[in-house]
Amino acid sequence: MTDERITELQLRANDIRVSIIDMLEDAGSGHTAGPLGMSDMFAALYFEIMNHDPKNPDWDERDWLFLSNGHTVPVRYAAMAHAGYFPVEELLTLRKFGSRLQGHPERHALPGIEHTSGPLGTGLGQAAGVATGLRLDGKKNHVFCMTGDGELNCGNIWESAMFAGHNGLSNLTAIVDRNNIQINGMTENVMKLEDLVGKWTSFGWHVIEIDGHNIQEFVDAVNQAKAIQNKPTCIIAHTIPGKGIKEIENEFQWHGKPPTTEQEQRFLKELRTLRGKIEATHSQ
Amino acid sequence: MINTELKLHTDVFNTDELDMAATRDGFGRGLVEAGEADERVMALCADLSESTRAHWFKEKFPERYVELGVAEQNLMAVASGLANYGKIPFAMSYAAFSPGRNWEQIRSTVALNDVPVKIVGAHAGVSVGPDGATHQALEDIATMRVLPNIIVIVPTDSEEARKATLAIAVNNKPSYIRLARAKTPVFTTTETSFAIGIPTIVYKSENPTIGIIACGSLVYQSILAAEELKKEGIQVSVMNLSTIKPMNEKKVTEFAQSVDHIVTAEEHQIHAGMGSAVAEVLVKHAPTKMSFIGMQDRYGESGSPDELLEYFGFTKSGIIKHIKDQLS
Repeated sequence: MTDERITELQLRANDIRVSIIDMLEDAGSGHTAGPLGMSDMFAALYFEIMNHDPKNPDWDERDWLFLSNGHTVPVRYAAMAHAGYFPVEELLTLRKFGSRLQGHPERHALPGIEHTSGPLGTGLGQAAGVATGLRLDGKKNHVFCMTGDGELNCGNIWESAMFAGHNGLSNLTAIVDRNNIQINGMTENVMKLEDLVGKWTSFGWHVIEIDGHNIQEFVDAVNQAKAIQNKPTCIIAHTIPGKGIKEIENEFQWHGKPPTTEQEQRFLKELRTLRGKIEATHSQ
Repeated sequence: MINTELKLHTDVFNTDELDMAATRDGFGRGLVEAGEADERVMALCADLSESTRAHWFKEKFPERYVELGVAEQNLMAVASGLANYGKIPFAMSYAAFSPGRNWEQIRSTVALNDVPVKIVGAHAGVSVGPDGATHQALEDIATMRVLPNIIVIVPTDSEEARKATLAIAVNNKPSYIRLARAKTPVFTTTETSFAIGIPTIVYKSENPTIGIIACGSLVYQSILAAEELKKEGIQVSVMNLSTIKPMNEKKVTEFAQSVDHIVTAEEHQIHAGMGSAVAEVLVKHAPTKMSFIGMQDRYGESGSPDELLEYFGFTKSGIIKHIKDQLS
């Protein structure tokens, strides 16, 4: 990718972050840290990586994206709105009565959402099911499944990892948002996950570790995942929860709360000036 | 007398003349037929292909058989994905484990997600026999019927299980079918009508005092009981309520209005099962004196199927005793 293209995607990620803060403050509840940390990858998925058509969400040739950590859905809603699935203004209906943007995503509520999720640990198995169906039909669509790291506590995840590894589902790529936080604290204190690379490798997966905020690294990892022919790939994406807003970064207390109105104003200013980077770039 | 319109076996009271087969056998044959009719039909199994009779499908369509290993939660998640993609997955295990162990996966990835997974719960009831209480599912009707979007069917014999399997293969809805391990008399025939949501009155008395609403193997035992009680001057009618959800409120209400007392009979806990579902209907439309044949808030135990069925009152004699107790 050219530097211009990467910058374009970074600006997309920033738009997504602005929308996340905007919608969560308006909703008055929801998860902030995870979605901010996943914004760079969602910009890359919706604006660079995936085959999809916002005007025809059920397009047969689309790539599938499962969001196993359904509580982070604001990042998906924001990416979808900016990609043209629905008007950006509709983001402000998040979590409100009658909204298509349910607190946790509902398959029937909003076209393009692919599946109902929220209860952790079940997305990877569903993604493996779609990958199994696609392979049976000889189709080339790729299946992505985003998971949190906290949900790797769930046994169902490892049942699914074993299944996908056993069947060599090379059309399936799991992306672990390795942000090290979960509701009760740091993941390694709540329930130790490491050695994560060793775990996924031993279940028969090709494993790639990346910086989840480096869009070039992420796109390269996905290309590598698609090139691997005999096993599924797990991309362990190291991210900073709350990325983009200093006050939120790495604070697990921000897992499940929204910004207040006062915080929103400060956070939006921080995002819109890219922490002063915009002026710096322009002055060069 | 027997409802001749249903074209049941001509010698229905002569148990020795009837074929014996388990509902799981009818399911296994139905699944192969469904697979022949539609190539989207798939079989998913959690390490129990022979006991659930999925192996017949596996032999015929190996590429459409998916092995999950002993992983019932993933069984349901993968089935959800396949159904979401456009396949018609039948997901098999013992009912004690599926829907026993994976209820939340069923709730969120199948029922709320509203994708047409066919959940097949084998080895339900005490008639599982010597394996004992751990493997005798007695709560599955309750845990499935409470979920919006799901169809719940308890076939009465092997032939009805075959028809029910074909019916859920084409209904485009999440569905649960409950199966038994033990062989029981096959008293319906290929010509007996079956439709989801349509109960049938299999045994009619002219002026019945008692109406039995039964499902599973209890339907046949109820017919035998009704015939015996007739000789003693007690008139009984029997309804086969094989579809528990959606409940046919109209037919159940009409049936109750034709009798003085409704007895429900199921190989399941009396709490929240089929009998409770009937009570929910009658209390609204036609409050009727009711009593419940089922597991009386306890677990099963080891023994031969016949011993256990007799001990827990799931046979002709148990039903007769229950009715006489109610009338005295």
